[in-house]
Amino acid sequence: MTPELLSSLSLSAPELIIALGALALLMIGVFSGERANSTVTGLAVALLVAAGAWMLVFGHDGSGYGTAFVSDAFARFMKFLTLLGAAVTLIMSVGFAKAEKFDKFEFPVLVLLATLGMLLMISANDMLALYLGLELQSLALYVIAAINRDNVRSTEAGLKYFVLGALSSGMLLYGISLVYGYTGHTSFEAIAAALTGGERQLGLVFGLVFVLAGLCFKISAVPFHMWTPDVYEGAPTPVTAFFAAAPKMAAMALIVRVTMGAFEPIGTDWQQIIVFVSIASMALGAFAAIGQKNIKRLMAYSSIGHMGYALVGLAANSEAGVRGVVIYMLIYLVMTLGTFAFILAMRRKDGNVEQISDLAGLSSTNPVMATILTILMFSLAGIPPLAGFWGKWYVFLAAINANLYALAVIGVLASVVGAFYYLRIIKIMWFDEPVGGFQPMAGELRLVLGLSGAFVLFYVLIGGPIGQMAEAAAKTFF
Amino acid sequence: MSGVPILSLVTFLPLVGALLILLIRDDGDAARRNIRNVALLTTVFTFAVSLLIWIYFDNAEAGFQFVEKAAWLDSGISYHMGVDGISMLFVILTTFLMPLCILASWESVEKRVKEYMIAFLILETLMIGVFCALDIVLFYVFFEAGLIPMFIIIGVWGGKRRVYASFKFFLFTLLGSVLMLLAVMAMFWQAGTTDIPTLLAYDFPANMQTWLWLAFFASFAVKMPMWPVHTWLPDAHVEAPTAGSVILAGILLKMGGYGFLRFSLPMFPLASEFFAPLVFAMSAIAIVYTSLVALMQEDIKKLIAYSSVAHMGYVTMGIFAMNEAGVQGAIFQMLSHGLVSGALFLCVGVVYDRMHTREIAAYGGLVNNMPKYAVAFLIFTMANVGLPGTSGFVGEFLTLFGVFQVNTWVALIAATGVILSAAYALWLYRRVVFGALTKESLKGLFDLSGREKVVLYPLIILVIFYGVYPAPVFDATTASVKALINNVTVSIDAAQTAAAN
Repeated sequence: MTPELLSSLSLSAPELIIALGALALLMIGVFSGERANSTVTGLAVALLVAAGAWMLVFGHDGSGYGTAFVSDAFARFMKFLTLLGAAVTLIMSVGFAKAEKFDKFEFPVLVLLATLGMLLMISANDMLALYLGLELQSLALYVIAAINRDNVRSTEAGLKYFVLGALSSGMLLYGISLVYGYTGHTSFEAIAAALTGGERQLGLVFGLVFVLAGLCFKISAVPFHMWTPDVYEGAPTPVTAFFAAAPKMAAMALIVRVTMGAFEPIGTDWQQIIVFVSIASMALGAFAAIGQKNIKRLMAYSSIGHMGYALVGLAANSEAGVRGVVIYMLIYLVMTLGTFAFILAMRRKDGNVEQISDLAGLSSTNPVMATILTILMFSLAGIPPLAGFWGKWYVFLAAINANLYALAVIGVLASVVGAFYYLRIIKIMWFDEPVGGFQPMAGELRLVLGLSGAFVLFYVLIGGPIGQMAEAAAKTFF
Repeated sequence: MSGVPILSLVTFLPLVGALLILLIRDDGDAARRNIRNVALLTTVFTFAVSLLIWIYFDNAEAGFQFVEKAAWLDSGISYHMGVDGISMLFVILTTFLMPLCILASWESVEKRVKEYMIAFLILETLMIGVFCALDIVLFYVFFEAGLIPMFIIIGVWGGKRRVYASFKFFLFTLLGSVLMLLAVMAMFWQAGTTDIPTLLAYDFPANMQTWLWLAFFASFAVKMPMWPVHTWLPDAHVEAPTAGSVILAGILLKMGGYGFLRFSLPMFPLASEFFAPLVFAMSAIAIVYTSLVALMQEDIKKLIAYSSVAHMGYVTMGIFAMNEAGVQGAIFQMLSHGLVSGALFLCVGVVYDRMHTREIAAYGGLVNNMPKYAVAFLIFTMANVGLPGTSGFVGEFLTLFGVFQVNTWVALIAATGVILSAAYALWLYRRVVFGALTKESLKGLFDLSGREKVVLYPLIILVIFYGVYPAPVFDATTASVKALINNVTVSIDAAQTAAAN
């Protein structure tokens, strides 16, 4: 083995751990059948933790496999978030799987494979590596969306996601080919070098638009959001939680790297696109969620809106902006995981419920659950001193610095509209008459909900170090 | 006193009480009594500690005192606390009104006592924090976070239309505040800091001041509330429980006026000068229009709510007169209104607890069987009208005096508001208290109970004391107000000289 290959391997050790582990777990699952489900899930979580621990201890900057794979502070930060999202959703799925007869060992294995794709996306420094990572992730996600194959809605969700996802992958690939055609490169650095100084060609702008369209689909930003509400509602809840958490981290990291890396010289071009997508997402996320009755569907619109806010930071095209995106994604992840822990715990004697009206009077029947969800909802609405406010603070701070006043004003106004439907949930829990409480929460859900609530509530105390980490991650591109 | 972080202590003491209450299991009457006692003790203790601030306050010093500073978040956002003559008395007002609020809810709040008391104690922490914060981000956090407990208080323990009122309150205030948030960010990038003392010394470019002033105005005008964005207030007041109304009228409204004094005037003097006519017009309309609206109300609380809007008109008018009399008067008017309107809502609470209706027509002739109540209500009504000898007179007179020097017409229109306020307040009093006791349901009413006396009598004493001898207030505020006016005039003069050259 050449030293170069060795260093490449050591750089991508977390990915290798997960890849080999997923294959091994697949074998275990196949040979021991349904009995091994909880073992497989437990081992999958252990693998994710091991990958994270490896990064923490041995993680270093560098690039490998030519220049296709890169590891830096930004990549590691976003990978942590992705691993966290994947591991926590796996932990949360255990109880649900038992109760709802949805224990298939394929689920943890597919989650691992999807996560592997995401890690590759985050580290991709080449259009081809980007595409490979993205497709690995997408293929696994298509199957996961439809994993409850006896359920019509789950199958419908999977099919919808597959058709639209395939379309977006096609667009992305077409965009990549145009970019390659006009610059002659697939490596991000080489594309950036080719774009610098040279005259900007129209075909290249087309390529840029197609690439961004493909990527926006993955973070479910408007106008590529159509699949989100249906998939969120149709998929089994742990799957929805996974969809809302991990893939968003990876796709957002990818968008940041593509725009800040490959297309950095044509910032003014993609900035317009991001501004438009951001405004559209914030507005749609705010207005469309108002009429929702199903809490998972509501969370779908909520996540569309939140991606819009995160993109506000990217639109600023600055170090402060990337820092904002990074902090926003972290806070969004924690709030989302907490909220889904709650949704998973919405159980009556005769099974899980998903309607918002089922929450009526929860503050008297399950006061602790209701209080933590209240904190999470105020945080999602962006009310200080909760974490959600600080996420918005950093992205809008960057937007103001970049003189994007219209974007900032529309954004904060959308957040007022958005506050309305978060308040509606609080109103239903606190002001309405009780309709009967939920079953006691499972231990792991209680843990996730509690930790998430504590993080949101005490962010004001720990915000300093988190801000510094995010700043270090953002420095990567400047 | 050096070394003791007294402001942090006062700010976070209520939070400690809230934590203690959290530990009490809410079952049975004994537990509920414990919860009430802990809440009362906490607020009384906080008030006692906060008095130390006034005692050790140096009246001659114009700058900030009891300053505490610690690193907090990145970008130089720090935990910076301090008070000056403008803010110090608002802290005392807050801590003073809180025990009264707890006592006022002693019997009227029966369901979910634990959550109620926790919400009030959290609210107290946030309100004190608003007046102590010396970092604009810290200020914003306290300012906005107050919406959370208030939303819950109106929504859970409010009246029939509580849901509508709580949403309207929350969304109106949030809408104004988010624009201020953007202005705070713009100021951060312009001046490189969020530290209030540094920003006070910073000269913002004139055209930028205009936009920043408007953004801050959006927030404070809603909070104040000024005509025409006052419509949330009558709804919120009517639906909130008695103690909620007291806090709303007594303290939350003052945050708007405090914001004008702390930010708009000293940081954007040129814009303040430019927009002063707009503020005058809005204030004059508010005073006359809302007084007329108050005349037509059939709900006691709604009437007092509209009267609050009118009285806040004097405050905004006085602040933007930008002379010493106007600003001193505005501060005094805010403090006095905090006592008087709080007391009026407590008076409404007294009869509401007995009758469970706020309709004026349901009352009449209360003087016959509630003489003590009638006297207390009369004194507060007179103070609300601005009768000389009550604290209401001092503030109204000084603001009118200050505005008269700047704009006679505005002063003239505003002065008619004094007559109108006499009309609606005295008419209300006549319909509720005087007349023959003909209604059967009213005949069994008892006069003030011991608890109610404890709540109302201190307010009577203070209202009359500060009406006769307002010097303790002015002693504390004068130095800071003089410095403020001086800074503003210097900036405006400098800009005019520059323009002339």
